[in-house]
Amino acid sequence: METAICIIAGLMITGALYAIHAKDLLSAVIACGIVGYGLVICFLLLKAPDLAIVQIVVETITLIIMVAVVLDSSREEHFVKPDRKGYMSMAAAVVMTAVLLYFFILSVAMLDPFGSGSLRMASQYINGAVELTGSVNLVTGVVFDFRGYDTLGEATVLVTAVLGVITILRIKGRR
Amino acid sequence: MKGMTIIVKKTTRLISGLVFLYGIYIITHGHLTPGGGFAGGVIIAGSFILLILAFGSDFPGLAREEAGSTLYENLAILIVVFLAVSGLLAAGRIFFLNWIPKGTPGELVSAGIIPLYNIFVGIEVAASVLTIFLALVIFKEELAE
Repeated sequence: METAICIIAGLMITGALYAIHAKDLLSAVIACGIVGYGLVICFLLLKAPDLAIVQIVVETITLIIMVAVVLDSSREEHFVKPDRKGYMSMAAAVVMTAVLLYFFILSVAMLDPFGSGSLRMASQYINGAVELTGSVNLVTGVVFDFRGYDTLGEATVLVTAVLGVITILRIKGRR
Repeated sequence: MKGMTIIVKKTTRLISGLVFLYGIYIITHGHLTPGGGFAGGVIIAGSFILLILAFGSDFPGLAREEAGSTLYENLAILIVVFLAVSGLLAAGRIFFLNWIPKGTPGELVSAGIIPLYNIFVGIEVAASVLTIFLALVIFKEELAE
């Protein structure tokens, strides 16, 4: 399973790199789709079907909207030759990446192996959720019962996003 | 926004109802099988987006639809908050308390208040995604005028 995830992660990185360097913006958007759908397969391999369903649907709708935007505006990307300031930013990005990678390797060495060693709270959820919530699907039980505040926050974020979109995209006032 | 060719229209007419039903299935069985309010809501919104993309829609009709979806979105989130507050009013005096009898786990009507949360969060998510899509389409139409 880990080799499969490594191969898919490699594909996703290739897609992301192509999306940055593509001349045609439409192919860049499609290459972004590789990242999203690769993530769907990763979720399925890691046995998280709830997340996989959400990810595949949201990815599809986002892709539709992004393709519509690209078809409606310019399809070509304008390249700007970097000046001195640009080179400084690039150097800063490379240094930052190296620092983050170093601390990432340090922290990975301290972690438990993947899939083992859950928290005390998590084992309580896993063992007692069906009796406490009555929900057979553990994820829904956690999302709407133990972590209800989180769900309320997520729903509020969505409402706020819609408010923002409507406020920004309104040219004429509504009568 | 113009519609697409007759092939796309026929296929959409066949498929969009199935997509809508699948979204309802995902929402109502959220406490039994993978899925739930968020996933099913986006699937329902997808069926409406499919219809709008295939058949196109005139601009005044779209504005009316957007007013309706905004209303449903706000009503649904309000009902979710009321459901959470109903736990305060019930015996336990706890916000988000699951106070409805739970029934036998594994049946469609079980898990107390969780299916109600699933349904209303599903309505809210579907209306939100549809509202964002409609707002983008209306923005394009107003820009073209």
